[in-house]
Amino acid sequence: MIRILKQSLGIGVITEAAPGIEDEELERLGVEVLRHVHARLGRSLSIRQVDAGSCNGCELEIHALSNPYYDLERFGLHFVASPRHADALLITGPVSRHMETALRRTWQATPVPKIIIAAGTCACDGGEFGVSYASCGAVENVIPVDVKIPGCPPAPLDLLRGLLAALAAPRKLS
Amino acid sequence: MNRFDWLSEFLARLEDEHLLAHSGNARLLAPAHRLVLDAEDWGNVAKVAASLGMRHAGVWADCGADHQPADSEDDGQPVGRRHQNEPAGSRPPSSIAVYACLEKEGDYVVLEARVPLERPKLPSQTPRFPGLDRLERHCHDLTGVVFTGHPDTRRWTRHQAWPADVFPLRADFPAAGHVTCQIPADADYPFTTIHGSGVYEIPVGPVHAGIIEPGHFRFHAMGEEVLRLEERLGYVHKGIEKIAVGRDPAGLARLAGRVSGDSTVAYAWAACQAMERAAGCAVPPRALWLRAIMAERERIANHLGDLGAICNDVAFTFALIQCGRLRERWQRRSRELFGHRLMMDAVIPGGVAGDLTPAAPRTLGDDQAALRKAVLPLFDIIDDHPSLDDRLVTTGRLSATDARSLGCTGYVGKASGLPFDVRRDCPYPPYDTLEVKPSAESDGDVAARVRVRMTEVLGSLDLLDVLLATLPEGAVTAPVPTAASGAVGLGLVDGWRGEILTFVRFGTDGRVARYFPRDPSWFTWPALERLILGNIVPDFPVCNKSVNGSYSGQDL
Repeated sequence: MIRILKQSLGIGVITEAAPGIEDEELERLGVEVLRHVHARLGRSLSIRQVDAGSCNGCELEIHALSNPYYDLERFGLHFVASPRHADALLITGPVSRHMETALRRTWQATPVPKIIIAAGTCACDGGEFGVSYASCGAVENVIPVDVKIPGCPPAPLDLLRGLLAALAAPRKLS
Repeated sequence: MNRFDWLSEFLARLEDEHLLAHSGNARLLAPAHRLVLDAEDWGNVAKVAASLGMRHAGVWADCGADHQPADSEDDGQPVGRRHQNEPAGSRPPSSIAVYACLEKEGDYVVLEARVPLERPKLPSQTPRFPGLDRLERHCHDLTGVVFTGHPDTRRWTRHQAWPADVFPLRADFPAAGHVTCQIPADADYPFTTIHGSGVYEIPVGPVHAGIIEPGHFRFHAMGEEVLRLEERLGYVHKGIEKIAVGRDPAGLARLAGRVSGDSTVAYAWAACQAMERAAGCAVPPRALWLRAIMAERERIANHLGDLGAICNDVAFTFALIQCGRLRERWQRRSRELFGHRLMMDAVIPGGVAGDLTPAAPRTLGDDQAALRKAVLPLFDIIDDHPSLDDRLVTTGRLSATDARSLGCTGYVGKASGLPFDVRRDCPYPPYDTLEVKPSAESDGDVAARVRVRMTEVLGSLDLLDVLLATLPEGAVTAPVPTAASGAVGLGLVDGWRGEILTFVRFGTDGRVARYFPRDPSWFTWPALERLILGNIVPDFPVCNKSVNGSYSGQDL
C-alpha cells in the first residue's frame, strides 16, 4: 500500500499539469463540451461505442480518452455498457456486412433523441476498405449519421472536437 | 546449432512413408524451405510433421486462375520449372495452390500442393494440428477448398453475406459481391450445446459492453463455473484478402497496416518483407533499424495498455491509470518523431516513410531511460500485490500441452513454456545482430502472461537502447523493383502478439494478386476456449484480456 501511495503521490495529478498548447486546447474544448452537454441534456452525455468493423486502431484512441491526460469523465462524458443507456452512439469502422444487422439493432435499441457519431475515416467514408462484398462502407450507408470525425485513427483531441460538434449540430429527433 | 538440422530427417521420414516430395525450387519462399507435394499426401505429411513435433503456422490457398509456378533463378542458378518435374497430366490448367507453413527450431517449411479448381479436395491437417481448425474452415469459406476429414464442417468466416456455394477469393467473384439487400444476422449458426440439470447458456455479443471489437461468445455454465465456451467470430470480416488484389506495393502496405490496428507496424513490416523478398529489394540498414525501433515501441505501447486493462478487470485501477499515463506519453512521442501515434503508414515498401531528425535519437534515449525508471517500481507492485495475486494466480491456466498442440506463439505461448520468438529463433535483420532474451515462464496462468508482458517491456527497452546506439547512417528507402508476374514471398515478423506470417504473390504489372496475413490470434482464440474451462464466468474478462486476441486480424 505504501508503494502505491508513494507512486500516486509522487506522480501527482497530471491532468492539471502545467499546460502546453495542446493541454490548453484540451481544457477549452472540454469546458465547451460540458457547456453544450448541460444546455442540451441537462446532464452528462452517455456514449455507447460500437465497433462495426474497425481494425481496432480507433478503439485504442477512444480508450485513450479515459487516460489521466484527457480524463473524459470530468467533462460529463462517459461510456456506457448498453445502447439503452446511451444518448449517443460512437461508431467506428466501415460497417462490415456481418455487423450490419447488429448495428441496426443497436441503433434501434438506443432511445430517441440520439446522436450518431461516425468516428474514424472508415466510418466516415469507408476508408481503406470501401464498399465490397464484405463491407457496407461508411456508417451513413446503414444508419443516419449526425457527425463525422475523420482520422485514421482520430487522435483523442480530434475525438473530443468531434463530440463537441455532435452537441452543437442540429439534432435530428430520429 | 545449424539451420534445418531436422530437415533431412523429415525428408527421410516422408520417403519412408512413400510421400513424394517433388523437388521444385526449395528457396522460392526463403527463409522457408519449400516442398511440393501431391494433394493426396497432404494429411499424411501432417502426420509425419506432428510426430516430429513441428508447429503448424497456418494454411492458405491461392486461386489465381493463371497462376504459373514462379520457379525462376535462385542464387543465380537457373532452376527447371517445377511442373516439368511432375507427372504429366497431374496439372489441369485451372487449379488452386494450397500452402501450409510449419516450423521447428526456428526453421520453416512451406508445403505446397495443387488441387483442380473443379474438384478442390485434399485431406485435412486439423486431426494432427487442432489449431488449424478455423484456418481450414476460413480457407474453405473463401476459396472453396474442401478439407476432407475435417472434424467440423460448419462455416467459420462466412455468415450470411454470401451463399455457401460461391467463394469470394475465386477469380470470377467480383470484389463488390452480389449484395442487393440488408445482410441478416447469422442467427442459425449451430452452436454446440450442453444439456443437463442446472446447465445454462450465456450468449454474449457481437456488440460487447466495453470499447472492444465485436464477436460472439457462447458460454455454458453451471453455477459460476464455465463448462464450455464457444467463440463465433467473423463479424469484422472486411474482405481484406479480396480487396488486396490489384493493389500496388504501397497500397498493400497501407492495407496491411490496417489488418489489426494495434499491430500496424508489425503487419506493414511483414507485408513489406514479403513483397521485398518477392521483388528482390535490398532495404537499407537504417530503414531496418528504424522499423525495429517502431516495432519495439509498438510492443511496449500495447503491453502497457494491456497490463493496465488486465489489472483494471480485477478492480486494481491504480495500474490502469499508471500504465495509461505512460502509454499516452509514449504515443505522443511516436506522433512527434514518427508522424503518427500508432506509427501507421510509417513502414513502406523499400524502407520507412521518414527519417529521424538529428536530435531525435537523444530524445528517444531519454524517453527510454525515463520509461524504464517509471515502470520498475510499477512492475514491482503489479508483480507482488496480494489482491492481484488472489485474482490472477492460477486463473485461466493454459497447459503447455494445449499451447503446443494449438501452436500458440507470443506471450500466450511464452507464458505456457514455449519461448519461441521469431526475432530470436528465425531472426530477420536487424534482429540477427541483437540478442532477444528467451522467456522463462511456464505457469500458463493470467499472472504468467502478465509477467511475460512486463519482461517484454523491459526487454524491448534494452533492444531499443542497442538499436539507437547502433543506428546506421544512410538512406531510409530503396526503390522496389517491379516484381515479376508470379513472384512470391513470405514475410515472418514477430508482432507484439506473436508470429505474423504473410504470403504475397504478384500478378502482372507489379500488382498484388494474393495477400494472406495470418495473425497469431488464430491460435490463441482457441486457447481462450480451453483456458477458461473450470474458471468462473466473472473471471472471463480478465482471462480474455490476458490473451487479447485480435478480432480484426482473425476475421480479415
